Amino acid sequence: MKYSYYPGCTLKTKAKELNNYAIRSAAALGIEMEEVENWQCCGGVYTASTDEIATKLSSVRALAQARDKGQDLLTLCSACHNVIKRTNNEILNNEDFSMKVNNYMGSDMQYHGETKVVHYLEMLRDVVGFDTLKSKVVNPLKNKKIAAYYGCLLLRPGEVMAMDDPENPQIMEDFIKAIGATPVIFAQRNECCGGYQTLNDKSIAQSRSEKVVSSAVKQGADCIITACPLCRYNLEANAVTELPVIYFTELLAQALGVKEVQ
Amino acid sequence: MQRIGVFVCWCGTNIAATVDVAKVAETLKSEPGVVFATDYQYMCSASGQEIIKNAIKEHNLTGVVICSCSPRMHEATFRKTVQAAGINPYMLEIANIREQCSWIHKDKEEATEKAIILGRAAIAKVHLNAPLTSMESPVVKRALVIGGGIAGIQTALDIADAGFEVDIVEKQPTIGGKMAQLDKTFPTLDCAACILTPKMVDAGSNDKVNLYTYCEVDKVEGFVGNFKVTIKQKPRYVDATKCTGCGECTTKCPSRKNPNEFNMGFDNRGAVYIPFAQAVPKVATIDPDDCIYMKTGKCGLCAKVCTAGAINYEQKEEFITKEYGAIVVATGYNQIKPTEFEEYGYNNYKDVVTSLEFERLMNAAGPTGGHLLRPSNGKEPKKIVFVQCVGSRGQSCRDKSYCSKICCMYTAKHAMLVKDHYPDVDVTVFYIDVRTPGKNFDEFYRRAVEEFGVHYIKGMVGKVEEEDGVLKVQASDLLANAQIHMDADMVVLAAAIEPDKSARPLATMLTASMDTNDFFTEAHAKLRPVESPTAGIFLSGTCQGPKDIPETVSQASACAAKVIGLLAKDHLLCNPCVAHSNETLCNGCSTCANVCPYGAITYEDRLVMDKGVRETRRIAVVNEAVCQGCGACTVTCPSGAMDLKGFANRQIMAEVDAICR
Amino acid sequence: MLNTKISKEDLERISGVNTRKCMKCGKCSATCPNFDAMDYHPHQFIDMVDKGNIAPLLESKAIWTCLSCMACLQRCPRSVEPAKLIEAVRLAVVRQQGENRLAAEDIPELLDEDLPQQAIVSAFRKYKK
Repeated sequence: MKYSYYPGCTLKTKAKELNNYAIRSAAALGIEMEEVENWQCCGGVYTASTDEIATKLSSVRALAQARDKGQDLLTLCSACHNVIKRTNNEILNNEDFSMKVNNYMGSDMQYHGETKVVHYLEMLRDVVGFDTLKSKVVNPLKNKKIAAYYGCLLLRPGEVMAMDDPENPQIMEDFIKAIGATPVIFAQRNECCGGYQTLNDKSIAQSRSEKVVSSAVKQGADCIITACPLCRYNLEANAVTELPVIYFTELLAQALGVKEVQ
Repeated sequence: MQRIGVFVCWCGTNIAATVDVAKVAETLKSEPGVVFATDYQYMCSASGQEIIKNAIKEHNLTGVVICSCSPRMHEATFRKTVQAAGINPYMLEIANIREQCSWIHKDKEEATEKAIILGRAAIAKVHLNAPLTSMESPVVKRALVIGGGIAGIQTALDIADAGFEVDIVEKQPTIGGKMAQLDKTFPTLDCAACILTPKMVDAGSNDKVNLYTYCEVDKVEGFVGNFKVTIKQKPRYVDATKCTGCGECTTKCPSRKNPNEFNMGFDNRGAVYIPFAQAVPKVATIDPDDCIYMKTGKCGLCAKVCTAGAINYEQKEEFITKEYGAIVVATGYNQIKPTEFEEYGYNNYKDVVTSLEFERLMNAAGPTGGHLLRPSNGKEPKKIVFVQCVGSRGQSCRDKSYCSKICCMYTAKHAMLVKDHYPDVDVTVFYIDVRTPGKNFDEFYRRAVEEFGVHYIKGMVGKVEEEDGVLKVQASDLLANAQIHMDADMVVLAAAIEPDKSARPLATMLTASMDTNDFFTEAHAKLRPVESPTAGIFLSGTCQGPKDIPETVSQASACAAKVIGLLAKDHLLCNPCVAHSNETLCNGCSTCANVCPYGAITYEDRLVMDKGVRETRRIAVVNEAVCQGCGACTVTCPSGAMDLKGFANRQIMAEVDAICR
Repeated sequence: MLNTKISKEDLERISGVNTRKCMKCGKCSATCPNFDAMDYHPHQFIDMVDKGNIAPLLESKAIWTCLSCMACLQRCPRSVEPAKLIEAVRLAVVRQQGENRLAAEDIPELLDEDLPQQAIVSAFRKYKK
C-alpha cells in the first residue's frame, strides 16, 4: 500500500522524529509513504469562516496531487490533518466554496474532493489493523502506563473529522494496547492544551498544559503520547508538573524494533 | 349529464383570506354540468350542511363538489350530508383548497386561480363517478394489546371491563414495564409498586385477559375488525403451566454473574430468574446465553431442585395464531444510555448514573434495599448533582430533537426524596428550563426548592472529571454569568427517552405510520389522538410520544374506549372503493397478486367471451372484503385490466385533463 | 482606529452561525476550558451578536484569548457553534488596517530553541492579516 504523504512544516524541522519514526515504522508494516512534491504549509490552523479561500489553497494543492496519483493522502501532524480534512470536507459539501477555490486554482488542477484524507493512526487501525500490528511487535512495551492525549484537533469537529467518538475516543488507547502497554484514561485527554496561545498569552498555555499533565499524572501515567508537535512542546515546556511527552510514532518504532537506524 | 352543485367554503379566513371564494364559485358555475354554485363561511357547520341539502333538493343535483379543507378532515361529514339529502355518498368530491392551496400560497390571485383549477378537476371527476355501495364485514370481538406496561395493562383492563376478551403480548418474562422499576411517582409520591402491582394482579387473574409474556408479534394479516396475528412464544425452558414460582431454582443456579436487567445491572441474577418478586406471571425463565447446562451440557441443578418438574431444556419456540378486531400498540419507551455524552463521564465513572439507574438505587426493592449508596465504593453520598436535558432538545447527531417531558418532574422528585431521606445531603439541579405543565406539578417543583432546599442553577454542565474519588463538576451559572466548579459524590443524568426499538418493525407489520423519531403518529393531533391513521390500530402510552404516568393512564383509557366502540359493532361497512379486474383485458399474469399487500387477489379459470371467441382464461379476482383500495395493483397491471372503483383510471385522467386544460 | 460598524449580518455571514438557533442553555460556557481568561464568554458572544450589541466584542480580550479548541462547537446541543462566531469577530478586527495583533518583528523575541514552527504559522494566521 502506497500513500501520498503530507508532512507539514514542523515535521521537517523541530519534529523530525515524529516524521522519521513514522516512515520507518510504516516501512516495517509494508506501507510506503511518498511525500507530496513541493507541498506548502497548511497554515497550522483552519479558519472556519465562510469567506476565507486563499488560506486553504495549499491544502487543496496537496489534495489534488494525491488525487492525480490515485493515492489517499496520509497525514501525521494533528494540525495538518485538521486543516486538510476540513478543507476537503468543505469542498465536498459547500458548492460555493468549491467554486471559489477552483477559480483560484489552475485549469489543470481543478479539484472536487476526490481524495480521501487518512491520519496515520487511522491507517494503523483500518488498513494495517491493530491485531496485525500487535503480531508484528517485537519489543512489547510491557508495564508501561501510557496516557493518550488527543487534544482538540484530531477529534473536532466530530462530524467532519470522524476519526472516533469525539467525547470517548478509543483509537489511541487501542494503539497503546497493540504495542503491549496499558492505556491510562484521563479526563483532560480531549481538552485543549492551549497551544495556539503560546505566543499570544503564555500564561494561558501554562495553565491549560498544567491541567492536562496533572490530570494524566493523577491517573498514574508514566508518559503522555501525542500526534501534535505543538501539544508536545506545550505540555513539556509550559506545564509545571513534569511527565515525559512522546510522539506516538516513537513508541511504535520502538515496539516494532526499528527505532535505531541500521 | 350530471347535475352538479359546487360549494366553496371560506373556512373563516383560512381559505377566504388567500382565495377569492366568490370568484371561485362564480367561475365554476360555468363549468359543464354545474347547475348551482355558492360560497359560505363554514360549510361543515350545521347551517352550511343545510345549504348543501337544500340545494340538492331544489336543483335535483346528482353530484356534489365541495371546495374546502382536506378530505381527511371532513369527507366523512359531507358524505353523510349528501346521503341525508338522497344522493349516493360516493357522488361527492372534495377539492382541497386549504392545505393544498390557501395555506401554502401568499398571492391571492395565484391562489384563486389554483383553487378554480382544483375545483374544475373535482367536477371532471364527478362526471364519471358512479354510485357505490359498501359491503359489510363482521367484527371479531377480541382485542390485542402489544406491550404490557402501565399503558397496555390499563387499556386491557378497561376493554375487559366492557366484557370483551383481550390479549396482552409482552416481550419480557413479566408484565409491568418501566413503571415496575420506579420508586415513588410524582406529584403525589405514592409508591409505584403499590399502585401498579394490584393492576398487574388484576390483569393476570381477569377471565377476559390473556397474558402472552415472553412473546413477540411475528406477523399481522387482515384489516380492521378482522386481523389475523401470529404470536411467537419464545422458549422459557420452563413449563409455565407447572412452575409454581417458588424461586428454588433461582437461588440454586450456580451461574451468578449475569447483570440483573431489572436493577439496571447494579447486581447479578442467576441464569434462571424471576425478574422481581411481584412478577406476573410469577414464572421462572432461563436465559440460554447464561445457562451452564445449555452451553456445556453439564449442571442441570435447577431441574434437580424443581419439585414441580417444570424445567424443560428442550423447549422450542412456538407460534400461536389468533384473530382480533382491534390492535392496540403500547410498546413504550427506553431511556437512552448516554454513552455518547462522555463530557459527563458516564462511560468511565461509576458514580455517574442515569435517572432510571438512580430509581433502582433509591428503591426499597432495589440492589441496596433503598439505601442510597455510591456505586463506586458503597458509601453514602454527601453531594449529588442532577443534570437535566441530557440528549433532549438538541439538533446535533447525538441529540433527540424533542423534549422528553418527564425529566423535570422526576428530577424534582429525586431531589426531594434525597433531601427527605438524607437532609444533610447537598442537592443541586442544573437546568435549562423547568417545565412543569401538569396538575399540581409546578407546586411540586417549588416544594423541592422552598421546603426541601434543593439548589436549582440555570445552566448546563460542561464537563465532569473524577479526581481522587470525587467528581469535579464544571458548569454554567447563567444568572451569575459564571463558570462554576463543584464537587459531587454522584452525578445523575436525566437522559432522553426514546421509543422502544421494537416499534419500528412493528409499525411496518401494522402499516401504521411513524414520525422521524419513531413515535407512532396519531390520526389527528387534536381530534383523534389515540388512533393510528391505519384503521383498527390504536395507540396507548409513550409509543405515541413522551408522557408521564397520569397522562399515559388517561390515554390508555381513552384508547380502550375507542376499541370498545369498535368491538361493540357487529359489522363494519367496508370501503367500496376496491379494485376489480376486467375479464376481457386480464391475462392472468399474477403481477397484481405479487404486489397486493393484503393478499386480496386470487385467480380463477373462467369462461370468457371476447371478440366472438369463447375460451377459458385465468382471471384475477379481488376479494372485496379484504381489498383496502390502495391501488398498487392498478398501477402495476401491464394490460390495464385492474381498476379501482371510485378512482378509475379514466377518472384520474379526467382530473389531469381538467388541470391541464 | 478600529471601525466598529460591524453588523450582526456581517458576522453571521462570515461565521455561518445563526444565533437564533441558540436555546440559551449555557453549555458552551460550561464546557469552555479557558472561561476565566475571557472577558466575554461564548454564550455572551451568541447573545450579544443576536441583540446587535457588537462594539464591546470587537474590543474584547476574549477574541484573542479564545483557544479555538472547538469544545463549545462540539458540545453545543443546538449546533450553534459559538467558536465560529468568536472567530468571525476576531477576523472582523484583524482584517482592518493597522489592527494586526502580531507583527513579524515581534517574533524573534518570542522564540525559544524548541518552539515548533507550527506555533508561529498558526499565530500569524490567527492574529494577523
